[in-house]
Amino acid sequence: MKFLSMHAKFGPVTTALLSASLFVLCVAAYFTASHIRHQENPKDKIMPTIGKMWKGVENTAFKEDRKGEYRLWVDTWASAKRLGYSTLLLVLAVLLGLHMGLYPFFEAVFYRFILFFDKVPALALLPILFIIFGLGELSKVMLILLGVFPTIALDTYLRAKAVPREQIIKGRTLGAGSAKITYGVVLPQIMPDVLNTIRLNFKAMVLFLIAGESLAATAGLGYRIFVVRRYIAMEIIIPYVLWMSLLAFVADLLVRLWIKKRYAWYQAH
Amino acid sequence: MSRLSAKSLLRCLMMVCLVLFATATPALAKTKFKVAWSIYVGWMPWPYAEESGILKKWADAHNIEIELVQMDYVASIEAYVAGQVDACVMTNMEMLNMPAASGIDSTALIIGDYSNGNDALLVRDGLTAKTIKGQEISLVELTVSHYLLNRFLEKNNMKEKDVRVINTSDSDIGPIFLSNDSQKAVVTWNPIVMQIEQHPGITKLFSSADVPGEIIDLMAVNTKTLKKNPALGKALVGAWYEVMSVMSRRGADADKALGTMAAQAESSLVEFKSQLKTTAMFYTADAAVQYASGPEIKKNMDYVRQFCFRHGLLGEGAESADVVGIQYPDGSVQGDKRNVNFRFDVSYMKMAAEGKLKR
Repeated sequence: MKFLSMHAKFGPVTTALLSASLFVLCVAAYFTASHIRHQENPKDKIMPTIGKMWKGVENTAFKEDRKGEYRLWVDTWASAKRLGYSTLLLVLAVLLGLHMGLYPFFEAVFYRFILFFDKVPALALLPILFIIFGLGELSKVMLILLGVFPTIALDTYLRAKAVPREQIIKGRTLGAGSAKITYGVVLPQIMPDVLNTIRLNFKAMVLFLIAGESLAATAGLGYRIFVVRRYIAMEIIIPYVLWMSLLAFVADLLVRLWIKKRYAWYQAH
Repeated sequence: MSRLSAKSLLRCLMMVCLVLFATATPALAKTKFKVAWSIYVGWMPWPYAEESGILKKWADAHNIEIELVQMDYVASIEAYVAGQVDACVMTNMEMLNMPAASGIDSTALIIGDYSNGNDALLVRDGLTAKTIKGQEISLVELTVSHYLLNRFLEKNNMKEKDVRVINTSDSDIGPIFLSNDSQKAVVTWNPIVMQIEQHPGITKLFSSADVPGEIIDLMAVNTKTLKKNPALGKALVGAWYEVMSVMSRRGADADKALGTMAAQAESSLVEFKSQLKTTAMFYTADAAVQYASGPEIKKNMDYVRQFCFRHGLLGEGAESADVVGIQYPDGSVQGDKRNVNFRFDVSYMKMAAEGKLKR
């Protein structure tokens, strides 16, 4: 059992194999089970074969549906817009957190409220959201925001608070005004951490997106998954889920690359 | 330096795979069965059958065990298709596009009722068939609501393109419609229909009472399981018609039974009774047998299967509504004779009608 020891060393090939093993195991498990199910029932829809899934992808991505739409792209665009707007609005969360961390007035007004707000399960408020914001895009964006806004604001707040007091005083003695200290000294140095938090919250945002789309929509990735469930079209659902994961992963990767490029000092930190 | 060779790693993985799937073989002889149900007025006799002990009595008489499981509607059918339960309540439409289209040969063991107003198109501001063109209509897509809307449009010489369908979750469709005055039309089912209708300014433009007998509520049983275990069919049918006879009796006994059902459906007795009025229950096995054996059901099933085909519910690759064969009690098959996966079988209900079931 030497390979379990703390000092075990693996060559690059073995490391790659070990890293791949769980992926391979999952995929193999899926296709074995799918194969067994298809031997019993060639029309099985619950665990489609790779061929069927490819057909599902073909039908949704490269062929017009009955409405003359390329579904996958229409859905992706609809969902991406919702996520995009929400992400843009998160700028407000960052600004709020920053001010709460630096200005006692903002802290007094917002901190406890946001802290409480953060604990409210947004999903349970869904019907109310739809009543206030209607059935359109606004309610979906608001749901995503309600879900992650407090987390981002609180995280920014904590990080702004953690900036050493000496630095701010130093800034002042060098002649910086409040604005310069807020946006020139504190914000840039907490930005990589804040971006990381936003990145880690992509998953929550996608969850809220799906929840919103399941409730009332005419297009969207989550919407499609819920609708085609009505005829057990797993050959569409599974590629959709993989596609969503891939998009989320790419978004995550882009933020990471951005941090690496823009905040090169952060790596050493 | 300790190195784990790639080869032994692969061997290890293969072993794990084998162990995982060696356990996946199904058992053959069964005496214990699972039946899934979900809340709907026409299905409430099932939990009552369990609570009153009627189901257990019939199961005991046939030396089997029947376990009822309550689930969400779509989830229950998914569980049935996956083979997790042996029987499940559903409408003719879902039976066609979920199990039958997935190659799960299913038998409609009991024809319980048809919707006779439980599904409805409700509008506000006095919208009519003429003014509904171009309006947004909330409904749960690809359900009987969607089907009902299509039938309404068809009857008024319109197409689905003439309106805008918004998919809305059934859990919130009522409050959303009531609180948004900009929403002019909604198609949904009971008890939501009843709740919406109570508000002023709402009118019923169309309902399943305008297309009677098209939306049928069934007890679907896996055909293979039923063939191997006729006892399951006998026990379920026996218990069902015993409950039917209790319900159709008048007086305190029936009210007590209906009260239990209402409580399980989380509604009051008055509400439950009013929902029963829009449900055409087949209280006797004879009536159900007659309906299933008549010519009308074939015509109605044709409407349903054409709708399913048009909306891609029979699979994206289906070339016509004929891909799934539907077999009727007279032996005739609608659709592909080599792919019969939907069977109306009245033999068990006939036994009940003739009093031939062992108690």
